[in-house]
Amino acid sequence: MTAHGYFSTYALVGLVLLVGGGFVSVAFAANRLLRPHAPNVEKLMTYECGVDPVGEGWAQTHIRYYIYAYLYVIFAVDAIFLFPWATVFADPGFGTTTLVEMFVFVGFLAVGLLYAWRKGVLTWT
Amino acid sequence: MSQRLAELAATTDLAADPVGFASDPWWLILFKAVLVFAFCVVMTLFAIWWERKVVAWMQMRIGPKHVGPQGLLQSLADGVKLAFKEDIIVKAADKPVYILAPVVSMVPAFMAFAVIPMGGQVSMFGHQTHLQLTDLPVGVLYILATASVGIYGIVLAGWSSGSTYPLLGSLRSTAQMISYEVAMGLSFAGVFLYSGSMSTSTIVGQQGDTWFAVLLPVSFIIYIVAMVGETNRAPFDLPEAEGELVGGFHTEYSSLKFALFFLAEYVNMVVVSSLATTLFLGGYRAPWPITAVWDGANSGWWTLLWYFLKVQLFLFLFIWLRGTLPRLRYDQFMRLGWKVLIPTSLVWLMLIATVRAMKNEGYDYRGIVLGIAGAIIAILVLSVVWDMFRGTDDEEEKAKAAQPPPGAPGAAEPFDPMAGGFPVPPLPGQELPPVPRRAVRRAEPVGAMVGNGNGTGSADDESATDATDKEV
Repeated sequence: MTAHGYFSTYALVGLVLLVGGGFVSVAFAANRLLRPHAPNVEKLMTYECGVDPVGEGWAQTHIRYYIYAYLYVIFAVDAIFLFPWATVFADPGFGTTTLVEMFVFVGFLAVGLLYAWRKGVLTWT
Repeated sequence: MSQRLAELAATTDLAADPVGFASDPWWLILFKAVLVFAFCVVMTLFAIWWERKVVAWMQMRIGPKHVGPQGLLQSLADGVKLAFKEDIIVKAADKPVYILAPVVSMVPAFMAFAVIPMGGQVSMFGHQTHLQLTDLPVGVLYILATASVGIYGIVLAGWSSGSTYPLLGSLRSTAQMISYEVAMGLSFAGVFLYSGSMSTSTIVGQQGDTWFAVLLPVSFIIYIVAMVGETNRAPFDLPEAEGELVGGFHTEYSSLKFALFFLAEYVNMVVVSSLATTLFLGGYRAPWPITAVWDGANSGWWTLLWYFLKVQLFLFLFIWLRGTLPRLRYDQFMRLGWKVLIPTSLVWLMLIATVRAMKNEGYDYRGIVLGIAGAIIAILVLSVVWDMFRGTDDEEEKAKAAQPPPGAPGAAEPFDPMAGGFPVPPLPGQELPPVPRRAVRRAEPVGAMVGNGNGTGSADDESATDATDKEV
């Protein structure tokens, strides 16, 4: 595949983004023309659960979400390393050494996961 | 490497044809892009109708039937109605982000569709072209990336609403989606081990003989579970748990912006179903018994039919799950993701890698090892998933058994409904004062109310309900 062909496959993704932008613009424009517009104080109040809201809407959230985000980053990076490895794995020239290397890498990750497990991070309280 | 590519080109009809993906004229590419959008929207309308019909059928109802034949146009009517509704942007909202969030949620869902092979080579306006918009060498990775961008839409929606429940719903949703994306990615790695490529069309081409669902049963099961978690669908629809979070992240949204979130959810369902079809069920290729009797099944526009049928199969699975399973608790859900799916997929991945390496080194008992190990792990995963749903009953029964019968002196700890100045639910071991109306149905032994400290009030209520019962 030529360099031109290679980049044009990605250009098509950009085209889909543009068509998507067009789709949303047309929809928003049509919506603007069609919908009624009669705001009042009651309507502009935060709905929340139907009762008039008390205090700020931006509540404090628990730290545990943050820990899961950390764990995700670790495993997302893991996936980024795993995918190219899995792709070339069966090619000639990548033999048992490649496999052992990945065992070491996944082993480290597994120890990390086990540590988080033992620490009780994975238990939702 | 180049030798293997040449072999690939010889074995797969996709790569064998001289027409590349980029050689289409620009107007045909644009037409196909618009066609993808049209397909997604039509599939959404159809899926909503189908879901309502199937769930209605499972619940012995009729479902929508007035708009169009068999209510087929009901979801279209609902969509048009939403566009006519007043768009309320609440005062507490962060306006630019609030407007941007549904767009960020919806557009990536459509973008993921660009690399889905919906069919083989067809003739369109006299041009030979593929029923696939573009074929990236990292197609599957691209789909994961767009799915991650879609999560931003949900986070921003919850954050910008300036309201408590949407914020909580969006956080839940994010933690849920990133957790299951890990398991999903690990199940993909198994497919790459076999296909040697991340390109969706090559993966389909590789499944000419055997579907990857047969070769990689564990990856397939993990993907199915992860795909339901990833799309926030029942039984993993915790971000939209009505009893806890009102409407979840889109509580404050109305009119077209709400419709866009709805569209994004259903397009995402179609995308993950298409991906399951592509990676595990042979994509647009006809299933085996058909190809045995009919040679032309894998050519031209027929391929679109097989793709469509397989996607409908997965959509039906989504609906079936929604119609039958109760929603999981959040801790159960996270436990399933992190303690079952991720360790299992890691072990399974290393297992198949080892077996493939052994095969490359010349060992021969690959089939036996893989078969036995695969069966064991598949059973384990299934049993654990089964336990997740059954476990709640056991726990409840245990809790019931542990509690002494009501009315026994000193059985329950005193329950203070306003402990610490807030209304709180009873803790384990504490017991709520009995609800008067229930007591009528449950013939309790004499003196049952005495131990709970409010016997007189309940007795009065009881007689009152008795009176109303008689009136009815």
